[in-house]
Amino acid sequence: MLHETSLTAILIFAAFVLGVVGLSFQLGRKGQTARGYYAAHGEIHWFVNGIAFAGDYLSAASFLGICGMIAFTGYDGFLYSIGFLAGWIVALFVIAEPIKALGRFTFADALDSRFNSRAIKLAVAISTLVVSIFYLIPQMVGAGSLITPLLGLPHSAGVLLVGVAVTLIVVTAGMVSTTWVQFIKGSLLVFFCGVLTVLILQRGLVVNAGGPADAEPVPQVRTVRPDGSVLVDGRPQTRDHDLRPVGTVRTLPAAYAGKTETGPLGPLAYLRALEDSTLVTWAAKKHTDDAGVHTTYTPVERRGAELLVPGGGMFKGLTTGRLADRLDFASLMLALFCGTASLPHILIRYYTVKDGAAARKSTVVGIAAIGAFYVLTLFLGLGAMTSGALDPTDTNMAAPLLAKSFSNTLFAVISAIAFTTVLGTVSGLIMAGSGAVAHDLLENVCGIAMTDHEKVRAGKIAAVGLGVVAMALGILFRNFNVSFLVGWAFNIAASANLPALVMLLFWPRTTKQGIVAAVVAGMTASLAWILLSADTFEKVYGLSREASLVPFSQPGLVTIPLGFVVLVVVSLLTPAPARR
Amino acid sequence: MQAADDGPDGSRATAARARIGLVLCLVYVLLYAGFMGLVLLRPQWLATRPFGGVNLAIAYGLGLIVAALVLALMYMAACRFVDRRTGG
Repeated sequence: MLHETSLTAILIFAAFVLGVVGLSFQLGRKGQTARGYYAAHGEIHWFVNGIAFAGDYLSAASFLGICGMIAFTGYDGFLYSIGFLAGWIVALFVIAEPIKALGRFTFADALDSRFNSRAIKLAVAISTLVVSIFYLIPQMVGAGSLITPLLGLPHSAGVLLVGVAVTLIVVTAGMVSTTWVQFIKGSLLVFFCGVLTVLILQRGLVVNAGGPADAEPVPQVRTVRPDGSVLVDGRPQTRDHDLRPVGTVRTLPAAYAGKTETGPLGPLAYLRALEDSTLVTWAAKKHTDDAGVHTTYTPVERRGAELLVPGGGMFKGLTTGRLADRLDFASLMLALFCGTASLPHILIRYYTVKDGAAARKSTVVGIAAIGAFYVLTLFLGLGAMTSGALDPTDTNMAAPLLAKSFSNTLFAVISAIAFTTVLGTVSGLIMAGSGAVAHDLLENVCGIAMTDHEKVRAGKIAAVGLGVVAMALGILFRNFNVSFLVGWAFNIAASANLPALVMLLFWPRTTKQGIVAAVVAGMTASLAWILLSADTFEKVYGLSREASLVPFSQPGLVTIPLGFVVLVVVSLLTPAPARR
Repeated sequence: MQAADDGPDGSRATAARARIGLVLCLVYVLLYAGFMGLVLLRPQWLATRPFGGVNLAIAYGLGLIVAALVLALMYMAACRFVDRRTGG
């Protein structure tokens, strides 16, 4: 669908970017020492750090991706919310206090705290860079993809805008400015998702929202011709002749017989009413001929109860009974559970508070903010599903279009916030990457002696370099479907980092060779598995899924235990570390 | 386990907090595994409405999110208690 450019959205976004960049320059003097640049002097208040956790963690994939998945497929999208939040339990109960006690600037500092081993620093720095880059690519491509429908600018403008803004934020005051940007973004995101949810519940369910109550849904066809032009139902696509928005309630529960709307509902009453309603969802089918690629969108009437159980969308395999599909799902959920507490850009946030108690408290605040957000995503997704405003061609636009069904101003605000979600996450990733390059690789692995001032300069140069790499990757991968890279990042982080971290904390027999072997084995095994999987064969290589060389796509179920086994075996085969 | 014996920084309070953290983590793992077990092995149960309101899929899913926060708050309270008892 063609979306109107919102000048208000551009102004709000510009105000936000100018505001946070200005704030970063204001904070600049606080990032002039290595401890200030990498760890904000350990002076960030635990509450601010907790909300910054939310700003760091809740990426565009969480906001737009999950809302879109729920809006188009129902409960399956919510399974991601459950998995993403569950990972914070490991972070709080197992990781938070020890990582604060063991580390200084980077994740490698913590893993190497007992050994002073260059091999550990090298392995962990590489794993940090691999995870951060896999996480970074979808953020940058997402920025480019979002900017056209949201702000009306070309793809490369989105990538460059985010790249330049984030580089400025990180270079001016490092972790200090990054923290405040993430705090502001996290607060805005949770607050406005709350506002949208209140509006959804106030509106309740409406039959054929956005159109006449007795309108009959009819199929619609979108054709992309070889010259790139687009037809809708055989005629050129224009603003006046475009795809009709979709996602409506067909019939309400029996209790509302004869009515076309429920009126305001409480949260549980809303879910109950939706379960007992009939909805119209849209099935897309593609075929190609000489005239171009035709996508036919056909209305499908479904009971709400069918959409509020697992297996209705991307996890359809759960209902087929195939063992491989079930293992794939179990593997993904395990990676989400174990991956959060192993993401380097999340772990370095623990160094910004003063002590273990503050680390603990900030994680609880983070869990509250992130948990609230994921509960809200359920209502945002279902609200969009029944708003009569969805674009059948673009699941990512579900949340902004839901906002538009209430008011253009809200659309502008949500569009600007959607875009700023990218800033918060990318700045955290650039910080983690710059620490891995400057502190781990240059200073600790290569042994380059640096004064405090030089350490900061090296970090800033690394941040600029990573910013340029991020922009290049964002433009280079623009035509690739890269959303699955976030899943890769979780799998690699969980397989490479978690076994080493957990065993270091709880098994005194862990040796430096064991840690290096676990990180290398977890990273390479999960990467190799991913590259040989059916998803990669189909989405990246364009080959048949049947040609894949591993039984299911998500590696975590095999590679996370493998990391533990490798660590134990190698540790037992090498001399025990001296007792402290 | 090292954390259970003397804790990463060697203090008794740290060891006690680590033990509480592991127990609460185990509680959540069981809740999460229960949910996964239902999704994988008994998906039809998730469509039922055992509490007369929303279905089990929604109730359990929202319950897991709420349980995370409840356990987190319990952990905070337990850590405060341990710190007060040990002067940690």
